[in-house]
Amino acid sequence: MKSKMPAMPPGCDPEAPENSRRNFLKQSALITAVALTPAAAAKAAELHVDEKIAEAFEKLPLKMEVNGKAQSLMVEPRATLLDILREQLDLTGTKKGCDHGQCGACTVHVDGHRINSCLTLGVMVNGKKITTIEGLAKGDELHPMQEAFLKHDGFQCGYCTPGQIMSAVACIREGHANSEHEIREYMSGNICRCGAYPNIVNAIQEVKQGGQAV
Amino acid sequence: MKQFQYVRATTQQNVLDNIGRPGTKIIAGGTNLVDLMKRGVTAPDKLVDINHLPLKSIAPTKTGLHIGALALNSAVAENALVLQKQPLLSMALNAGASPQLRNMATVGGNMMQRTRCTYFYDTTMPCNKREPGTGCGALEGYNKMHAIFGTSNQCIAVHPSDMCVGLAALDAVVIIAGKKGERRIPFTEFHRLPGDHPETDNHLAPGEMILGVEIPDNNFAKHSHYLKIRDRQSYAFALVSVAAALDISGGTIRNARLAMGGVAHKPWRLFEAERSLIGKPVSEESFKHAAQIAMQGAKAYEYNAFKLRMAPAAITEALKQASGLV
Repeated sequence: MKSKMPAMPPGCDPEAPENSRRNFLKQSALITAVALTPAAAAKAAELHVDEKIAEAFEKLPLKMEVNGKAQSLMVEPRATLLDILREQLDLTGTKKGCDHGQCGACTVHVDGHRINSCLTLGVMVNGKKITTIEGLAKGDELHPMQEAFLKHDGFQCGYCTPGQIMSAVACIREGHANSEHEIREYMSGNICRCGAYPNIVNAIQEVKQGGQAV
Repeated sequence: MKQFQYVRATTQQNVLDNIGRPGTKIIAGGTNLVDLMKRGVTAPDKLVDINHLPLKSIAPTKTGLHIGALALNSAVAENALVLQKQPLLSMALNAGASPQLRNMATVGGNMMQRTRCTYFYDTTMPCNKREPGTGCGALEGYNKMHAIFGTSNQCIAVHPSDMCVGLAALDAVVIIAGKKGERRIPFTEFHRLPGDHPETDNHLAPGEMILGVEIPDNNFAKHSHYLKIRDRQSYAFALVSVAAALDISGGTIRNARLAMGGVAHKPWRLFEAERSLIGKPVSEESFKHAAQIAMQGAKAYEYNAFKLRMAPAAITEALKQASGLV
């Protein structure tokens, strides 16, 4: 196999097809274990040490701040920020809708700017600050936009709501909530199949007119 | 999504050393690339992340405005210099995608997004662009969104960018880096028509990267307009779009720039229609005449014949808006 492999950074051999690399790593891990003692090898297999070593080579470190808390993870390069938030950090408020950047249910803020987390690779937000719907409220005190969505019935089924609220907050912060027309244009990246749009616009207008800090 | 190797490049040399081999792709915003990778339309085995390179600046030069390849679409659209010197570009950018996508997408990435159609996305259908030689599902399929200019019997997809239509109209120049150094090409010569090689969208050679674009100063800022017609009011690709820019003095057109989106495999510049406007009075008649010239050579397919009427109407309307004749 690839003799230069150990000298390369984790997961960086360009020639190795993924499966052969993974199998190679798993096999070599077991061979190493067998070289110790048969008992140790059995123990290693039992604990899936081979799997763990293979994983360590495939994953990359990701450090980011999520809702004010530092996170240090190991992620596959292909893992999207959306999947990492939901699957690794259990922050399931951010929703997976279309998973292709068309519906906005996955909207989060990265360094204060709204983006689609479904089209963002986790490794690309290394060192950045992420805010999800879980990071808006201050303890038991809801964010003004969350209050306004409740008051104005800015949802029916609620699935798009976390994305709508994250986008709505950004819309005001960007200065794009000055009229109904402008709000509709700058909220167009968030689709609501229930059609709660008029109430969403009302909620955003109320927060904007209230002049509270968002 | 298929596994791939991820390389975080920190210098231009770093990028150039890592690209050029088939299967290696540059990633910037990722809004088109990650989407295509998720659908299995493209499956690179190595991604070179260029986001850490210093290519975000928007700055005046002696003769124009330089915009770095990594400047975000949203940052360019709201930049004071762009709004002052090239408002047409700002209008075009704001007509494209969604606020979230514009916060991710870069200028270089917008240029490099694939010319595409639904048959390109559908991996169960033939597509000469996705898999050369397999045929074109759109030719006799549902081709409502497709091209009316510059098509071949291999591909009739359109380039979906709005930004690129604006840059094509504004005589932008693309600055490209490769192993042998830098080169500059006119924006209108960056993208290509499908011909017999629809798998290639543009003239960026393997091993090259985009550093930025430069827009020469002009006298169009007061009279420019981007008109986009689509199936819904916002966040949809153009059926037809028009970038119109006029230099008007005393009711006479001194100079004109026109480009269309949604009609060809590349941003479609209307050189002859522009020439027809020079020296003409600002009038609906002048504009209709230009639109008529622009439509020469147009060819429709089963479901997009409406574009033969929509496009000239859109050109006339965009010119009216740009000139203030409304």
